[in-house]
Amino acid sequence: MSRSHAQSGFDVAVVGAGVVGCAIARRFTLEGAKMIVLEKAPDILDGASKGNSGILHTGFDAPCGSLEQSCIASGYSEYLDIRERLGLPLIRSGALVLAWTEEEEARLPELMQQARDNGVGDVEALTSDEILRREPNLSRRVRAGFCVPREFIIDPWSAPHAYLLQALTNGAELRRECEVLAGQFDGSAWRLETSAGEIAATCVINAAGLYGDLVDQTLRGVSDFHIRPRKGQFVVYDKAAAGLVKSILLPVPSATTKGIVVCRTAFGNLLVGPTAEEQTARDEAVLVPETLAQLQERGTQIVPALSDIEVSAIYAGLRPATEFKDYQIRAHREINLITVGGIRSTGLSSALGIARHVFSQYLELGHAPHALTDPIWPTVAQISEAGERSWQTPCNDGVVCHCERVTRAEIEAALEGPLAPGSFAGLKRKTRVTMGRCQGFYCSAELARLTKDRLKHPMSGAPDDR
Amino acid sequence: MTGDTAPAYDVAIIGGGPAGLSAAVELKRLGVASVVVIEREREAGGIPRHCGHYPFGMREFSRVLRGPDYAARLVERALRVGVEIRTRVSVTSLKPGPQIDVSSPDGLATIRARRVLVATGVREKTRAARLIGGTKPSGVLSTGALQGLVYLDGLKPFSRPVILGTELVSFSALLTCRHAGIKPVAMIEPNARITAWRASRLLPGALGVPLMLGASITRIEGRAQVEAVEVADRSGRTSRIEADGVIVTGQFLPEASLLRDSHLAVDSMSGGPCVDQFFRLSDPAYFAAGNLLRPVETAGWCWAEGRAAARMIAGSLAGTLPEPTPRAGLALMGDALKYVVPQRLVAASGAPRTLQVRVRRPARGTLSVVVSGQNLWSQRIDALPERRILIPLDRLPIDLNGPVHIVFAEDKA
Ligand SMILES: Cc1cc2nc3c(=O)[nH]c(=O)nc-3n(C[C@H](O)[C@H](O)[C@H](O)COP(=O)(O)OP(=O)(O)OC[C@H]3O[C@@H](n4cnc5c(N)ncnc54)[C@H](O)[C@@H]3O)c2cc1C
Ligand SMILES: Cc1cc2nc3c(=O)[nH]c(=O)nc-3n(C[C@H](O)[C@H](O)[C@H](O)COP(=O)(O)OP(=O)(O)OC[C@H]3O[C@@H](n4cnc5c(N)ncnc54)[C@H](O)[C@@H]3O)c2cc1C
Repeated sequence: MSRSHAQSGFDVAVVGAGVVGCAIARRFTLEGAKMIVLEKAPDILDGASKGNSGILHTGFDAPCGSLEQSCIASGYSEYLDIRERLGLPLIRSGALVLAWTEEEEARLPELMQQARDNGVGDVEALTSDEILRREPNLSRRVRAGFCVPREFIIDPWSAPHAYLLQALTNGAELRRECEVLAGQFDGSAWRLETSAGEIAATCVINAAGLYGDLVDQTLRGVSDFHIRPRKGQFVVYDKAAAGLVKSILLPVPSATTKGIVVCRTAFGNLLVGPTAEEQTARDEAVLVPETLAQLQERGTQIVPALSDIEVSAIYAGLRPATEFKDYQIRAHREINLITVGGIRSTGLSSALGIARHVFSQYLELGHAPHALTDPIWPTVAQISEAGERSWQTPCNDGVVCHCERVTRAEIEAALEGPLAPGSFAGLKRKTRVTMGRCQGFYCSAELARLTKDRLKHPMSGAPDDR
Repeated sequence: MTGDTAPAYDVAIIGGGPAGLSAAVELKRLGVASVVVIEREREAGGIPRHCGHYPFGMREFSRVLRGPDYAARLVERALRVGVEIRTRVSVTSLKPGPQIDVSSPDGLATIRARRVLVATGVREKTRAARLIGGTKPSGVLSTGALQGLVYLDGLKPFSRPVILGTELVSFSALLTCRHAGIKPVAMIEPNARITAWRASRLLPGALGVPLMLGASITRIEGRAQVEAVEVADRSGRTSRIEADGVIVTGQFLPEASLLRDSHLAVDSMSGGPCVDQFFRLSDPAYFAAGNLLRPVETAGWCWAEGRAAARMIAGSLAGTLPEPTPRAGLALMGDALKYVVPQRLVAASGAPRTLQVRVRRPARGTLSVVVSGQNLWSQRIDALPERRILIPLDRLPIDLNGPVHIVFAEDKA
């Protein structure tokens, strides 16, 4: 069908380059659709996908039979299948669900049963002694728990970068600073009015994350859900902390949140968070000192040795939650629009699965593209602790960011290519410069020099992101 | 490289700031044959490279210099006496041997030396570590980053920032702003008085910058760039100051991450390595000098300390330094005390036995040295954080049979 509609431009326009939009662009491109991704920010991953925990969830605690659970399961397995070819890391940490009170302990059997019902059959009950043997730095107050051996840690930025990069190298297009402002469906195709001109596409996929309901209102006149942004604040500890724990330490979840997690990052730091706080603002995640101090305290209760280690970064993310528990994915047949909304707290894990699910809905709309027979598999830079880093290899041109050991070669590479950043924040997400313990104390000047005239939105000082 | 390779150097010095460079020069003067300074930046010289203001160099060169000129002279002097300076080489780990792993533009390598001096300096405590709330726009910088941008790159990251802190370095930030044509709109200090010496009180007034004492930044506002800060006074009353940047100054921390990841003992009070009075670490083949030892001293002090440490290292190479054991630990008693350096004393004479003590908040009272219940020394002090307090140990008859207590009895308010 891409042939017959050639004059109308693209087969599909995806609104939003969060992890979900990136995964959709990849899946559809591989299946042969001519794609364009429209992102309003100067760089991709500027919404909900900017600040998450970086956990590849098995979905053991997802509601049984939910769309979320099935998308996590298929997204999880696809990540494991493709990650080596795309150069994506995997830290096989496993997770421990820990009970600290009698009530929590009483809920463990039910949670383990839920895990088995969700196809995560390898959970295993552990006594406090067994837990402490695995995690000797844990507080001795732990009562009991169980392990989920296949909960893993990934890089929350390189994964969506790789998905989109594969889409782009196989023919998709990306427009940044391109906000969808209005749209007309003429019975066979869409005309989208954007801040960067008009775009024509046969079908539109709304993957606008925190703006999903608004984009639906713009395009359909109504929305079937309301976004209720749910903020999650984090404190990140310096490298010395990462050696203190091996597993992802999960609490017994409550009805609304997975609770405060203690977890290594793919970059060799340790995070404590997130909180779950409802708010109305969609574009502002305000850090609250008292809450950060509470997180620090909570971290120290779980891992007492953290009291001696410096907090190296603080950040907050917003989950695109709605009034519903499950994802809100719906095809609007009569107008060639698929809404992919409410991907609140598991989108990093489920994105590849969501993309498959959405593609099957696209087929049901009557489209039949021809899958690429021999797609290109680009790789992204390896910046996690899971593999060899540039500073460990010859021709790295010297370390620039000393805390995160980012080399000049890595920065130069990040500034090139189809996903070259438009802003300093984008460069940080691709390389981690200034995200370590000194937050730009040593390297800001060198970075200003290296990025001079190479970012559309140049650095004015070191922006203080995650 | 294998374990039985002979050390390539007599002494390897990590960090080419005033402490590292002065140690290198002194080691050469004392006849030590091969000395290498390993520096991760493109140029050696350390922090003064980007302190484009006076006064540096009185003690070292008997004249008043700007930071960059001072740094250049230190480097030049070291090169002249035959010190090898390797720039763009980052030390990534410290191991027994001593053996140090480095990363350079060519990749990984291992350097072996008979002795190692660690002189990696200090950095400022970040907005993140201080848990300052609000959004995360650009324009939130440490003084170090600001100086780099202004003096090394001629950039002007903002035009109307607030300055948080009133340490000496905060006034450095003020001077840096003036140099770049940046007009700070306020200087904000949580304590009731200025931390740096009182004369500095005249400076913000003279430059037309309002000083807000007893105030703290509770929130940073702005999307892309800082737009305002919310400031709370002692009673919790808040006000909003429009500003396009925040300079988060001071509250120095030793740059000790290398030590934390190594076999060497770190003192959680000073944040630097545990040393004895011979600048010797828990592994006696390792030494430390300069601001890594403690936050924070002037360049001149660090330079002198580098020289003193060099003499100890030369002694250690010659086998004339006293054994590292037996030794006594120093214990701090008194809530206001922040740290003491050195943390350990070896039974020996002839070393620079001065203890350096600091307080964590403004405090008045009597400071004493107590050994086995016996008060050996006391002095009345009226102390501010970030100001050095020295205890002359060489006149004290200290036996090492028990811990030495540094006791601070504060006056009742
Ligand atoms: C605190 C926290 C912790 C989390 N931890 C995990 C975890 O450990 N594991 C996990 O799997 N998931 C986790 N998540 C969930 C995951 O981050 C989200 O599910 C996911 O990022 C949602 O992605 P998205 O693409 O739907 O939305 P977004 O990332 O918000 O993407 C939407 C994009 O659309 C753009 N946009 C909006 N409107 C327009 C418009 N009109 N025109 C053009 N572009 C537009 C936005 O700028 C944005 O870039 C966490 C989330 C949070 C907040
Ligand atoms: C922003 C700022 C402003 C200051 N302003 C003044 C001032 O105006 N006047 C004054 O007297 N003092 C000032 N100081 C104090 C300053 O610390 C001293 O002047 C002096 O620089 C300390 O010397 P040093 O040799 O201990 O450390 P530094 O000068 O900090 O030198 C340490 C060196 O070690 C290098 N290094 C660190 N880690 C590694 C590694 N892993 N591998 C290789 N190399 C490494 C660093 O790149 C650096 O060059 C300031 C400090 C700061 C942070």
